[in-house]
Amino acid sequence: MAAEAGSVHDILVIGGGGAGLRAAIAAAEADARLSVAIVSKVYPMRSHTVSAEGGAAGVIKSADSLELHAYDTVSGGDWLCDQEAVEAFVAEAPRELLRLEHWGCPWSREPDGHVAVRPFGGMKQLRTWYAADKTGFHMLHTLFQTSLKYERITRYDEWYVTRLLVDDGRVCGVVAIELMSGRVEMIAAKAVILCTGGCGRVYPFTTNANIKTGDGMALAYRAGAPLKDMEFVQYHPTGLPFTGILITEAARSEGGWLLNKDGYRYLQDYDLGRPEPTPVLRSMELGPRDRLSQAFVKEVEKGRAIDGPHGPVVHLDLRHLGKEVITTKLPFVRELCLDYEGIDPIRQLIPVRPVVHYMMGGVHTDINGATPVPGLYAAGETACVSINGANRLGSNSLPECLVFGARAGQAAAEYAASAASAGPSAPVRTQAADERRRLDGLLHRDGGREPISAIRTEMQQAVEDGAGIYRSADTLAKAIDKLRELRERYAVARIEDHSRTFNTEFVAALELSCMLDVADAIVRCAQSREESRGAHQRIDFPARDDTRFLANSLIYRGADGGARVEYLPVTITRWPPAERVYGR
Amino acid sequence: MSVRYTEFHPRWYRPPMSVFWWAGRRSYLIFVLRELSSIFTAWSVVFLLLLVHAVSEGSRQYRQFLNLSSNPWMLTLNVITLAFLVFHAVTWFNLAPQAMVVRLRGNRVPRSAIAGAHYAGWALLSALAAWLILR
Amino acid sequence: MADRIILQVSRYRPERELEPTTQEYEIPLNEEWAVLDGLNHVKDTLDGTLSYRWSCRMGICGSCGMTVNGEPRLTCATFLTDYRPGPIRIEPLHNFPVIRDLVVEIGDFMRKLPQVKPWLIHGEDTAAPQSELLQTPADLDEYKQYSMCINCMLCYSACPIVGLEEDFLGPAAIALAQRYNLDSRDEGADERLDVLSTAAGVWGCTFVGECTKACPKGVDPAGAIQRYKLTAATDSLRSFLMPWRSS
Repeated sequence: MAAEAGSVHDILVIGGGGAGLRAAIAAAEADARLSVAIVSKVYPMRSHTVSAEGGAAGVIKSADSLELHAYDTVSGGDWLCDQEAVEAFVAEAPRELLRLEHWGCPWSREPDGHVAVRPFGGMKQLRTWYAADKTGFHMLHTLFQTSLKYERITRYDEWYVTRLLVDDGRVCGVVAIELMSGRVEMIAAKAVILCTGGCGRVYPFTTNANIKTGDGMALAYRAGAPLKDMEFVQYHPTGLPFTGILITEAARSEGGWLLNKDGYRYLQDYDLGRPEPTPVLRSMELGPRDRLSQAFVKEVEKGRAIDGPHGPVVHLDLRHLGKEVITTKLPFVRELCLDYEGIDPIRQLIPVRPVVHYMMGGVHTDINGATPVPGLYAAGETACVSINGANRLGSNSLPECLVFGARAGQAAAEYAASAASAGPSAPVRTQAADERRRLDGLLHRDGGREPISAIRTEMQQAVEDGAGIYRSADTLAKAIDKLRELRERYAVARIEDHSRTFNTEFVAALELSCMLDVADAIVRCAQSREESRGAHQRIDFPARDDTRFLANSLIYRGADGGARVEYLPVTITRWPPAERVYGR
Repeated sequence: MSVRYTEFHPRWYRPPMSVFWWAGRRSYLIFVLRELSSIFTAWSVVFLLLLVHAVSEGSRQYRQFLNLSSNPWMLTLNVITLAFLVFHAVTWFNLAPQAMVVRLRGNRVPRSAIAGAHYAGWALLSALAAWLILR
Repeated sequence: MADRIILQVSRYRPERELEPTTQEYEIPLNEEWAVLDGLNHVKDTLDGTLSYRWSCRMGICGSCGMTVNGEPRLTCATFLTDYRPGPIRIEPLHNFPVIRDLVVEIGDFMRKLPQVKPWLIHGEDTAAPQSELLQTPADLDEYKQYSMCINCMLCYSACPIVGLEEDFLGPAAIALAQRYNLDSRDEGADERLDVLSTAAGVWGCTFVGECTKACPKGVDPAGAIQRYKLTAATDSLRSFLMPWRSS
């Protein structure tokens, strides 16, 4: 089938995870006349939302208030968040979580039947809803199963989008490969919503699944939309060594301790409070993730970390929680420790270390998920509104998917309803044909030198060395050079598999090109920001600089393949920048 | 033979399911034997009905029936039937807890208790039958 | 001399062959590697043409199900050392058409799943609920187990009925229907009855029990199906004996 012919929808959602499914449902509900489709490179229930564990924050207890949640989020983000967006987010989060409950999500309950909440890092009040310690799994399956009710939503399962089609400055569709057969098709749409998640696989050690390769970010970037705040990469403090599997923050909110090699709760040395036997909100182990990960690096430098077979680790101690708490509130944590470390947390210490987990940055959108490119929207981890600023609080990203997924779906529906319904124009058909030729060329490339996997591994190491937890002008400059070299080597990389049928090597090659673009954006933005704020720590600029950098970075792709970084000042409405205080 | 492959229409491979699918795996074999045991269970019921009929027809019929029963083929059949009956009972009693979720005062009755109750009932009824026949 | 182990991997390239063949790869026997890590080593360093699905590598996404030494397993949660000294036979999941190498077509399940209406059916369907539907921890326990299904399809691979009867809904779909039937907030048990109480539904199941053995998440689909048989049967009996009672 020719790439020039193809299907037409009003709204196309790329990605079938938490944000994507919510956006599709919102669009379908907004306007019964619209045709909505989801294109996902994996079946939706495989999306990475499924591995989220800890919980989703939403204000429901009487002692809590929207203002408190907003303040926690803004201060947690080191004042880089858009405060208006944060206020809208905290107001809608509980409504979205309630809607999910009505859709069947099995939230954990209090004895009287009300939804239970648990404490979480960086939050002054208990407001994290949870479904045992598999919150993301339950949320995703609830969303997916609910989406099955809407017959009007068409799904393209295991189709990989390679390019956004742009006509006269407006996005008007995509080119995608059906993985099963290898055929390349154009799918026209009046509005496209990117919900493809983050890009943790740009780093060598990450909690993220294999599929988190920043595809949507790269697609938007190449289509002329800027990426925002890319330098802010969250390292989750507790990942299992070697695999990088996530041990949820809930383990600490239930009372877990972080110990160095002397059995000492070392966080007290880093202005995070005094150690108490039970968890204290916004203190010690319930501090924000960036500070905890940074403390680990310092402990390693002081020689107080434990030497493990895969590098230095610290210990997460859950033994004092007791068998009852661990088996009822943290069963998945126990399962993971037993399976992947051969350790029973009821009786033994868990070795953990910081691991790349989340991208605060992403495609620049407004409060309704709209990017500066007409017809292009984004939501979830792919997008940067920003509500997370320089550091995300745990349990804010699941409601982020719901709130902004819904907003983007709604906004896209309004846009699509009023957009002209002409078919794809001649220039667009040409773009699609060009893309098909490019893909065929790549698929049938003969010769080539190195395998994709080799380039990918080197890229990951370069990004970790250049833009890890602590960065400097020196390390970043080296990384930029290395990435340039890798892009050249990518252009002559070897493709062994020339088959069309479910060619995963070919998809890996396309994903690698997305990752190279995104990695470049990360290191360039990190190089530009000469201050330390939240998750971006510069050894050469250790202080926060509100005069120059109380602004979000925007990176635009240049016509020649280069990039330019601009700054967009943060709109301060209610909370002027202050000192980030935890434990005091 | 040539392989004709149409680009963009991959040929899925559908592995054929052999007639002897059940023979290759222990668990499948036990399953099929369990299903077969119902035939022998049915036979034991038929045999019991024949016995009852023989008894009701008088002592001559009854003696004929006993002669028939002591025939070596019939004996072999009935021994095999007994084995299958026990197998049938044991497998189904062990599976019963999976199908029956009983709650007592909010807690699930443990699987061993449900299976145990079945065995206990069986033992009780067998004891009763033995007492009735042997006294 | 470091330990090595041999993987005997099923290959199928529809462009050039009619049937699967087996290809052997020798890889390091690393103590911490799952079978999936072994396959990744093959793909990254030995043979880039090997295709298989994987994503989370922590046993929660359900992508990496394959048949390992004859058993349906999640390759990310199955370790090489369990099969020492090898060789390890890796084949695609049974009872599904094979698209390529270790990748199977699960479209059949994706079409069957919506038939059982696996969503919460609740009369009061407000667009903006003000508060949660109450549900005690005991209520949650009733169906929690059946909500753990990751759709990995190992149960379909293990079930001989799935292989023999094309229309059979299968263990995971029925277990998911039960997850909603037993949810105290759900009101749709009647709607699901017509789909489940059929030969393609629960009555196709002959309680082989392999699905429960294969399930990596302890869902016990066999138990779910047998329990539903009891429900469906009692419901039939009740409407037969007391037809005046609306079910």
